[in-house]
Amino acid sequence: MMAPQEHIIEVKELVKKFGSFTANDHLTFHVEKGEIFGFLGANGAGKTTAIRILCGLSYPTSGELMVAGHDVYREREKIKQKIGYMSQKFSLYEDLTVSENIRLYAGIYGLGRKKILSREEHLLERLGLSHIRHRLIREIPLGWKQKLAFSVAIFHQPAIVFLDEPTGGVDPIARRQFWEMIHDATEEGITVFVTTHYMDEAEYCDRVSIMVDGRIDALDTPAALKKQFESTNMNDVFLKLARR
Amino acid sequence: MPLIVDHIDKYYKEVRALHQVDFQVQDGELFGLIGPDGAGKSTLFRVMASLVVPDRGRCTMQGYDVVRDYREVRKIIGYMPGRFSLYMDLSVEENLAFYARVFGTTVDEHYDLVREVYEQIAPFKKRLAGKLSGGMKQKLALSCALIHRPGILILDEPTTGVDAVSRMEFWSMLQKIKAQGITIVVSTPYMDEAELCDRVAMIQNGKLLEVIDPASPREEANLQLFSLSSSRGVYTYLEKIRGMEGCRHAWLFGDRLHVTLESGADAERMREVMESWNDPSLKLQPIKPSIEDLFMALMEQEGKEDTVTGNRI
Repeated sequence: MMAPQEHIIEVKELVKKFGSFTANDHLTFHVEKGEIFGFLGANGAGKTTAIRILCGLSYPTSGELMVAGHDVYREREKIKQKIGYMSQKFSLYEDLTVSENIRLYAGIYGLGRKKILSREEHLLERLGLSHIRHRLIREIPLGWKQKLAFSVAIFHQPAIVFLDEPTGGVDPIARRQFWEMIHDATEEGITVFVTTHYMDEAEYCDRVSIMVDGRIDALDTPAALKKQFESTNMNDVFLKLARR
Repeated sequence: MPLIVDHIDKYYKEVRALHQVDFQVQDGELFGLIGPDGAGKSTLFRVMASLVVPDRGRCTMQGYDVVRDYREVRKIIGYMPGRFSLYMDLSVEENLAFYARVFGTTVDEHYDLVREVYEQIAPFKKRLAGKLSGGMKQKLALSCALIHRPGILILDEPTTGVDAVSRMEFWSMLQKIKAQGITIVVSTPYMDEAELCDRVAMIQNGKLLEVIDPASPREEANLQLFSLSSSRGVYTYLEKIRGMEGCRHAWLFGDRLHVTLESGADAERMREVMESWNDPSLKLQPIKPSIEDLFMALMEQEGKEDTVTGNRI
């Protein structure tokens, strides 16, 4: 067991209700610093609700939650400074250029002009995008867009990055390159909290939680989950849990 | 022949959406179109549905030309677009009745065909379509596309963004519709779904890479493909493998690495080198390529010819 201070996210008895509907039903879990944490579940299981709360965008009905050392009730603005967020649906501004998107996000996260310029150079070079820095986002292929969106989400070196279905619709090679970028980010000490519908991607996580009807019904390493559910792959685990 | 796509080109200004796309679908076949976003799948569906006119080439549905005979084409197809074309301010049953009327039929006439799908949402038949969950919208849209008993059902990414359980249910519904003698053309970005089709066309950058039969042996791929596994996890070996002589490429594949060797490379030599890594659980075994392996191999070949961007990312 890791020491408690190594838990970058600590959730105890999280409940979120919308009227009479319970979207999150007493969730208790933690995320360790530097790990890739897979947050899986069927559509409507309550994943997005929980992510919104962890990002400081919505208040829980009850429960104790600490994110990056801050309380989600009282220190939401501090949390927002320490996290990055990216999703398939909302990532970059289509009518701004590659370079403008980088500067916009970096500015929002409060980076100074000098820092932005030097890091932008470095980023474009690393991604091999220098030659298209002045192209509009809507003109570049989806695979590139998603990699750029991820880089932008971690540009301010957050403690945690939340990725909500980051690889939807992306080609199989770009999808794998994306996961290699995720691994690289963890080596820089960034914790990754990720949702996906691709079950092979669940295998790339250090630990995986699976939500069913607002509850977490399973949480462990992929290897342990496969053993527990007598399955050879995570797809099987997921199907067995959802059909129980 | 239910569907003939004959060397179709389609441009949007200078962007080439489809390039010399050419294939045929047999009677009663469940035919898949697989490829990532932006590959040209939706454009192709719009051509088939007579909504977009190709710049070159021809497309016929049951012998009717999609440009010249578009009125006939629209009667014989059932089309489910990527964004379900439901009327959000009509109820579930009103949507179904509306689609039936538009096609000059009634809900009762072909109810047997949609029963299986529709009965799953029937308990909510008074609810507005706009208030349904994604999975229920998908089922209603499928019912509406089927209610006039089309000869050909064309489904543009019906499972995108849908969880693994709902995706499996949807595919078992498709198998049942197919059993009723309806030809189905369906697109998906999920490679695992391709295994459920009779034949699959792989599309990337507006080009048809290949049409394959998922059930047939894949020697034609001529891939020297191996799977690397280890109880210690494989990610740490990724760069090491890529740096080895004889390795063409290596990619993460669930809890394994899939390693493609250069032609003529010797796997035994690689195993010898791996012994020095001191991991007795490390295994390099030959495997047959999955659809996803094939797709990636074809992408790599295409990528070499593709100079639009200079370097692949």
